[in-house]
Amino acid sequence: MNQVATIPSTKNFVIPEEELTYSGSVSCPGCGGALAMRYALKALGDRTIVVIPACCWSIIAGPFPYSSLKVPIYHTAFETAASLSSGVRAALDVQGDTETTVLAWAGDGGTFDIGFQALSGAVERNDDFIYTCYDNEAYMNTGIQRSSATPWMAWTTTTPVEHPKDEPKKDMVAIMAAHSIPYTATATLAYPEDFIAKFKKAKSIRGAKFIHVLSPCPPGWKAEASDSIKLTRLAVQSKIFPLYEIENGEKYTITVWPKKFVPVGEYLKLQGRFRHLTAENIQAIQERVDREWEKLVRKAEAREV
Amino acid sequence: MEKVVTGNYAVSWGARLSRVQVIAAYPITPQTSIIELLANFCADGELDARFIKVESEHSAMAACIGASASGVRAFTATSGQGLLLMHELIHWAAGARLPIVMGTVNRAVGPGWSVWTEQNDTLSQRDTGWLQYYCEANQEVLDTVIQAYKVAERVLLPVMVILDAFVLSHTSEAVDIPDQDKVDSFLPPYRPELKLDINDPHAFGAIVTPEHYMEMRYKMQKAMEEAVSVAQEVDEEFGEAFGRRYGLVEPYHLEGAEVALVTSGTVTSTSREVIDELREQGVKVGLLKVRLFRPFPAAAVRQALAGIPKIAVIDRNISFGHSGIFAQEVKSALYNLDGAYRPPIFGFISGLGGRDVTPEPIKEVINTTLAKDAPPEEIIWIGVKK
Repeated sequence: MNQVATIPSTKNFVIPEEELTYSGSVSCPGCGGALAMRYALKALGDRTIVVIPACCWSIIAGPFPYSSLKVPIYHTAFETAASLSSGVRAALDVQGDTETTVLAWAGDGGTFDIGFQALSGAVERNDDFIYTCYDNEAYMNTGIQRSSATPWMAWTTTTPVEHPKDEPKKDMVAIMAAHSIPYTATATLAYPEDFIAKFKKAKSIRGAKFIHVLSPCPPGWKAEASDSIKLTRLAVQSKIFPLYEIENGEKYTITVWPKKFVPVGEYLKLQGRFRHLTAENIQAIQERVDREWEKLVRKAEAREV
Repeated sequence: MEKVVTGNYAVSWGARLSRVQVIAAYPITPQTSIIELLANFCADGELDARFIKVESEHSAMAACIGASASGVRAFTATSGQGLLLMHELIHWAAGARLPIVMGTVNRAVGPGWSVWTEQNDTLSQRDTGWLQYYCEANQEVLDTVIQAYKVAERVLLPVMVILDAFVLSHTSEAVDIPDQDKVDSFLPPYRPELKLDINDPHAFGAIVTPEHYMEMRYKMQKAMEEAVSVAQEVDEEFGEAFGRRYGLVEPYHLEGAEVALVTSGTVTSTSREVIDELREQGVKVGLLKVRLFRPFPAAAVRQALAGIPKIAVIDRNISFGHSGIFAQEVKSALYNLDGAYRPPIFGFISGLGGRDVTPEPIKEVINTTLAKDAPPEEIIWIGVKK
């Protein structure tokens, strides 16, 4: 059950050469969000309209009159990526264009927090677009403040080490799956074949799609820019960020089963935001991650029975 | 075809005849029946539009922005609290220069909860860059929706078509529903020069440095200034096509008047009755209805009020800490020019929270103004239990 039929084998898999992002954007070195957009557009192609609410990508996309993308962009208010995309979709449909992909592209603040209601509304209506959350686990564009995507015990400027975040990360994927939408998936940068296959699959499905992308933020995570890809690989190998998909809210598939597993400490120790963690804290994280992984595996097995 | 319809249904018919293509809306008393009828029109196939049943007014306006930016005619409707929830996107729609039209039912703002009419909800949106029409009757409501799209699409600014809660929204009147063919020739399909287009990619609404932002706002103001004459022209064209026109302002029996009432919304209709009655008794009083509030038709107001000894403005709204808002607007229109005619302007506040403005309080306004040379205070409250 480990590897899955719906995602192509990595053998002979070619990442599309077409570049729909221009080089030279103003993202920080090692920005996971910038690379995520590059992969996503490689998968979706040039028949795509991108909707960007307030987030790091409001900056990365370039100031007026520039654009760092070769496809149309609509910049919108913080909490409206989903609702504005619903309007774009409806307008395309009523003009007879059901083929163009609408891609809402929001950070974790715009998804888990301020845009949550609009997102829930749009996916409940099963509006036909791909909503992507590139999750860097805090309000990075405003300078590293806690969001509900911030992991337990992480440092941010609003959760100082004397009082780090007390609550676990909100399980956004489960919430989306609970809306019974056609497609929900996780993806991250160290697994580009899986990443691109998921975006292509999302593009082929009509209705609401949600893709949760773990996107390292070197300044916010207090990590080396050169470690971004490594961090996403460790996130998967440590089971902190499993790669899976959920069809129709019930068919769970683990799309990448790590060849080796690593302790969570391997992932945490590369990031200054976790430097204050005690051995007990790390043990607690390990236990939670193991528990969550077992739950996920059971869901993936259950659907095969 | 003539039908007996409420003010709300007049809005729905106006949207239908304008062939709106995307509707995104959320229910709120007293607006709800506007979108219910539109939902039925869509369901019956009488209107070829997508209706997005959003989860809030904030999302309604966001969806309208997305739709309008994608090149279609977008419509929504709201009232009171819903309008206030939209506020951020009200600015966004105007700044994005999108010709969205919104049916807006005036409703007093909580707390305490009120569903009755008052203008503070829409006047709180005064400075957003939306045009605002305040309507007096159901026929005018329907006709103004159609006019609004034509004006909006010429100046690239959104428009609110505003009507009083219940007094219009839920009151039935005989309304001429124009033939679709005639509306189609008056209002051709929306064909924007720029839109979200995969064959002509642009980035809309990107961050703007101080190098360019001010010019964008300057152009909005120029478009607003142009909207005065465009609204005038469109009203005249409408008159030629349909035999009905309303003006940006409408003088009523101002000839030889000693006092001019300035009114908006349904207070105007009642005031007409009062003026007819008083004129018969020989009292020299008339009124000026302000239909277009943004852009403020200052020149038309100056022209209509020129030489009238005293002005009495009835405001169904208040700017806390200052005065009634129409009174401020009339003052600023009359007082600022060199050599301006500066009559005393009496500011009355009446009918807040839907308290009826019957002929009695209107007579009190007129009598107070006739009896005094100048306003005794900045606000003269009518009917308030102090």
